Amino acid sequence: MIIKQISIFIENRQGRLAEVTDILGKNDVNIRALSIADTTDFGILRIIVDDPDRVINILKENNITASTTSVLSVIVDDRPGGLAAVLRILADHGITVEYMYAYISRTEDKAFVVMRTEKEEEAEAILSGSGYSV
Amino acid sequence: MNRYFNESMETAPRHQLWHLQSYNLSRTVYHAYNNVPMYRKRFDEAGIRPEDIKSVDDLKKLPFTYKQDLRDNYPYGLFAVTPDRLQRIHASSGTTGKQTVVGYTKHDIDVWSTCAARALVAAGAEENDFVHISYGYGLFTGGLGLHYGAEMVGATVIPASSGNTSRQITMLQDFKSSILCCTPSYALYIADVLRDNNVDISTLSLKVGIFGAAPWTEGMRKEIEQRLGIKAYDIYGLSEISGPGVAYECECQGGMHVNEDHFIIEIIDPETGEVLPDGEKGEVVFTCITKEALPLIRYRTRDISSITHEPCPCGRTFVRMKKPSGRSDDMLIIRGVNVFPSQIESVLLSVGQVDPHYLIIVDRKNNLDTMEIKVEVSQTMFSDKVKGLEDLSKTISMKMQSVLGVSSKITFVEPGSIERSEGKAKRVVDMRSLH
Repeated sequence: MIIKQISIFIENRQGRLAEVTDILGKNDVNIRALSIADTTDFGILRIIVDDPDRVINILKENNITASTTSVLSVIVDDRPGGLAAVLRILADHGITVEYMYAYISRTEDKAFVVMRTEKEEEAEAILSGSGYSV
Repeated sequence: MNRYFNESMETAPRHQLWHLQSYNLSRTVYHAYNNVPMYRKRFDEAGIRPEDIKSVDDLKKLPFTYKQDLRDNYPYGLFAVTPDRLQRIHASSGTTGKQTVVGYTKHDIDVWSTCAARALVAAGAEENDFVHISYGYGLFTGGLGLHYGAEMVGATVIPASSGNTSRQITMLQDFKSSILCCTPSYALYIADVLRDNNVDISTLSLKVGIFGAAPWTEGMRKEIEQRLGIKAYDIYGLSEISGPGVAYECECQGGMHVNEDHFIIEIIDPETGEVLPDGEKGEVVFTCITKEALPLIRYRTRDISSITHEPCPCGRTFVRMKKPSGRSDDMLIIRGVNVFPSQIESVLLSVGQVDPHYLIIVDRKNNLDTMEIKVEVSQTMFSDKVKGLEDLSKTISMKMQSVLGVSSKITFVEPGSIERSEGKAKRVVDMRSLH
């Protein structure tokens, strides 16, 4: 499934991540998945939430720099080699993954992988053609 | 040892100097009026005829010249000679990307070299000295100005230019440099590198340093003198007037003697333009009275200082100006390079920022000036990818380097995190202690 991810600019200073997540919590935003890309000077917090449009507005109201990006969510088996099988298929089709992160479902023995690629629609088609739930 | 380079001029009686200045001022006013359209227009508008300027006392009747005039007439509009008479061009970075361009005839280079030679001799330079010049060579006047001055003294020049400090130290040791010319902060940086590499200063032959192109304090002077085992002298200059050597310190180290046979100094109230008496702080204004190519009249330097006509024990009769204590505009001097906040703004605008919010943080680390530019990340700049932001940071940094001529560190910060006071953002935090 192609979903909207929210990317948030985080200045590299103590407590800033806590402040941003606090704003989300107070506005009743549940973070489904997250990842942080960090450099020496700044970080980019990437989150998956239920209602990205509402969350973007909350962030803008709080003067936080954020944007949305389309990412592909794929369900993989939560077992050794589960992720590798998916990535192999994409690599064989010449699709490069810019970044990705995973979270494990509480109920099933499945893992959810969020991946960013330039060709998310093509990737979605290829993976569903290979029997994956995307 | 010679105490003076031009004894009769440097120690001339004041009344004789006054007559010489008056004569040369009058000639310069005619020269500017006849050959520079801007001056003709300005004088006409002010109802001043060149013949009205008979002596130094009439100087205050003349209108001021501003850095903006050089920009408006970029590049050669204020030159009073035809190109065949020009011998050299120098330039300093301007505020809007355009450089401030200055020109010299053979005579102008001669005068400038003479002024630099006087500075060198006043600091103790002799023919058998090795003068190590670590100012940048090129369009910046620092390197070539002292280079020509040292040659005129008859000393041996080591044109080291700037950068590569460990190689500079090897040269200082092996070439037996006796006089060091650079910015005061670079002198301290050299001292740091010597210390860090356990180099004993007794392996150096340095006896004197001539430091300028950046503000410094008496505290820094003591530190340089002690750590490098030398006497440290101040030198003042700006390319619009000529270059290093407009004013220079003698062995008394009690203010810089202005080369008054070539430049007339005035201290004015920057608000009213009124000329201030000895001892009062104000903006330094120079009039070139022997310049052929660029005869600037009452040029507003924006440097804040004061002057004294008190006789100096060295015997020189030239008026002395104090170390400039600040600026009447927002110009910063970073590693000897002039930087205006408006230049930084223009770079940010050029990379697509609509209403850039930024903060310039200037500091001195290990005796080297550092500049950090904090830029608020706007929605339009923001990229989901780390590489996108890093590339933008590199692009800004490279553009800053090319426009400012000095490197800076770009740090992205969140919108609204730069303090705004009364709606107007504070642009500069200068952490260098200059007291």
